Amino acid sequence: MNIHINQQPFSMPDAATVIDALAAFGAKPPFAVALNGQFVARAEHASKALNAGDKLDIVSPVAGG
Amino acid sequence: MTSTITTADTLTLYGTSFPSRVLLGTSRYPSLQSLSDSIDAARPGMVTVALRRQSNTGEAGFFDVLKRHGVALLPNTAGCQTVDEVLTTAHMARELFDTPWLKLELIGDDYTLQPDPIGLVEAAEKLIREGFKVLPYCTEDLVIGRRLLDVGCEALMPWGAPIGTGKGVTNPYGLRTLRERLPDVPLIVDAGLGVPSHACQVMEWGFDGVLLNTAVSQATFPPQMARAFALGVEAGRMAYLAGPMAERDSAQASTPVVGMPFWHQDGSAA
Repeated sequence: MNIHINQQPFSMPDAATVIDALAAFGAKPPFAVALNGQFVARAEHASKALNAGDKLDIVSPVAGG
Repeated sequence: MTSTITTADTLTLYGTSFPSRVLLGTSRYPSLQSLSDSIDAARPGMVTVALRRQSNTGEAGFFDVLKRHGVALLPNTAGCQTVDEVLTTAHMARELFDTPWLKLELIGDDYTLQPDPIGLVEAAEKLIREGFKVLPYCTEDLVIGRRLLDVGCEALMPWGAPIGTGKGVTNPYGLRTLRERLPDVPLIVDAGLGVPSHACQVMEWGFDGVLLNTAVSQATFPPQMARAFALGVEAGRMAYLAGPMAERDSAQASTPVVGMPFWHQDGSAA
């Protein structure tokens, strides 16, 4: 199935979860995750199943005012 | 009897005391070293941070610098334009930074970056219910301020002027009215201050702190400006506690006139 991770297209196995997508992207800690605009807690990364067309956001700390 | 002011005057938010009344933004410094030196110079009670999509061109080392300073972090929801965006960003920030503190930003207008007052109350209510310690970036509108307090906010962060303008307080009457009508609520002036005298002024008016970013990071020498702001805030706070004199319209000699040796002697012959 095809999904988007940080606006980039990725092809994932049908049974993939968020943790598989993080590995495919090469996410570097520290990060937090939202799937289709909804927060996914760290404890749920391994169990949260992905679906075709999903949009995953992986965010990291940046400077802010 | 002593006439000195107690030194135990600290900024207290949600029952937590902070060592400084300056909150410092971390954005737009010329370098990480400049940011680090500015934190050393201002010794802020908290520094603001944000979240953005991870990329290979990210700000390497930024978070490490903040961790080395050990200063309390205040994640923001900058750029959010809906309540749902705020909630998702807040949850990601809480997990990533391991803190319940949140600078709630919900922008209602792209040009002025004015907060959306309606969505702000809704977002604050939901966040408070979920255990966040919310510091809402708001305008000087008294009624919106009250609504934010009604839903559980224990402090407000009214703007002085639009973000990044450096204009100083554009509506002194409105801001001072907010202070007068909410005398027991911690009020931190956030955004729009440009020079230390702006910060000193709001502290003289009785505000509890200031949040700065652009005024420091875009100065020619940010660490020096950070220190200048810290001194301005300290001076303003001390002046507020000292109780400024009442302003008057007519002159009043400060030197005693009784006993003046040549008092109008020549004038009597005129």
